[in-house]
Amino acid sequence: MSSLSRWFGRNLLRIYAVIAFTYLFIPVAYTFAFSFNDSAKSNLIWKGFTFANWQNPCGAPDVCGALGNSIKIGLLATTFATILGTMIAFALGRHKFRGRSTTNLLIFLPMATPEIVLGASLLSLFLVFKINPGFWPTVIAHVLFCVSFVVVTVKARIASLDPRLEQAAMDLYANEVETFRRVTLPLVAPGIAAAALLAFSLSFDDFIITNFNSGTMNTFPKFIYVSAARGIPAQANVIGSAMFILALSIVIIGQFVGRKRKVS
Amino acid sequence: MKKISTPYLLLIPGMGFLFIFFLLPIFNLAQTSTQTPKGGGDTGQYIQTWRFANYVDAFVANREQFYRSFIYAIIATILALLIAYPLAYAIAFKAGKLKNVMLVLVVAPFFVSFLLRTIAWRQILGEQGFVVPTLRSLHIISSSTTLTSTATAVIAGMTYNFLPFMTLPLYASIDRIDPRTLEASGDLYANAFTTFRKVTLPLSMPGVVAGTLLTFIPAAGDYVNASILGSPQTKMLGNVIESRYFKIVDYPTAAALSFTLMAAILVLVMVYVRKAGTEELV
Repeated sequence: MSSLSRWFGRNLLRIYAVIAFTYLFIPVAYTFAFSFNDSAKSNLIWKGFTFANWQNPCGAPDVCGALGNSIKIGLLATTFATILGTMIAFALGRHKFRGRSTTNLLIFLPMATPEIVLGASLLSLFLVFKINPGFWPTVIAHVLFCVSFVVVTVKARIASLDPRLEQAAMDLYANEVETFRRVTLPLVAPGIAAAALLAFSLSFDDFIITNFNSGTMNTFPKFIYVSAARGIPAQANVIGSAMFILALSIVIIGQFVGRKRKVS
Repeated sequence: MKKISTPYLLLIPGMGFLFIFFLLPIFNLAQTSTQTPKGGGDTGQYIQTWRFANYVDAFVANREQFYRSFIYAIIATILALLIAYPLAYAIAFKAGKLKNVMLVLVVAPFFVSFLLRTIAWRQILGEQGFVVPTLRSLHIISSSTTLTSTATAVIAGMTYNFLPFMTLPLYASIDRIDPRTLEASGDLYANAFTTFRKVTLPLSMPGVVAGTLLTFIPAAGDYVNASILGSPQTKMLGNVIESRYFKIVDYPTAAALSFTLMAAILVLVMVYVRKAGTEELV
């Protein structure tokens, strides 16, 4: 008995971690399970197992159109936000200049502003200039909330670099451009990749800002929100689960490649 | 000359973007918040009259939702901190080889749309799920008690959705603690609780501050959890702003509420950072 209680005492944190992860994954498991539900329209009650939804993920009206929009917006917003954010991160991480603290403040403020305020204020700007909400306003809105996260992520990577590596390159007669291209950039690349992945997942999953600036254009989160009232079709669960598997494999492959590179 | 201009060249595109699409809209929002209806029966048409009483009107009419937003967000933040801290601690000190796997697992639920997960909770805890009938048949809850459409459900949903935002900065901070400092504390006859209070917690304060901010800010402006898991009695400020914009086209009130929300959050954040900052020094 006492050895059992001692075992509990020693492994309390581990047991806790298992419970916490179970809590985190209950809705994921539910979403996955109900992607196999044999339901005609509203995916509320378990009706039986089927592969039909996975074989026909575009079966529900407009679900794949919404998904396509989300992917297009995500890719565009990620590209712009990563370029702009990386440039700012290099300026902040590698240079001393006047206006540094103002720049830092301007990077921090969008992160400290609730999404609904960002979304609402952008929409009122677009309305003033008679720009109709839609695809491009949504891309701009997504770049806006992704930029700061890119800056923070890439800046952290630049700060952790050993400056002696660049000095060594210079000592070996590499000029500034060559040093940047062959030493600095490859070393910062994992940080940029992580930032891009973060930006894409933020963009892909965003609902609040999108809802304000997309007008009648549908995105995947909007599709879910609107159909939630009458029960979302199982195809949405299929797409959610597929995204989960895809993203998880990217992360795992990334870890694997990173480890292999470290070994060699 | 070239040395001076490089950082500015790097900054111009990004800062220009933030100026046009962040600062300008915020100023524009401030302006909109003091407009009044044009009259003549045109809904959605407003003129600039610098009517600052809009703020008073908007606040008085939506006092309840305003307080509710902050109370819900604060409770959800505290709950997320209490749940995430032991988890982050376990990942940092007890995970061993599984550390990277566990970190991926913390982020993994993110990849399923948060809306799908929130709706999943509604289904699991709803009338047609299996939890409520089971609890009822065991007489743990009465037949009229529901788990969804309550304040508890909204707060639980927010706690769940923002948990990774809390866990990651906490982990980053706790992972940096040298385990030898904890051993040293034990060697100096501190018990586990004292070690935690005097060594671990102070050293992890940067993570606590970052995590609580990353949870509190989006939680205070959130309206998705309230509309999926709540009822009309649990409406938050976000719900009001959304409906003012889209259903009632009352832009000045929506703008005034947005601005009040942002100002209140900024004030709270500044007070909190200052307080937490001094605690760190003790």
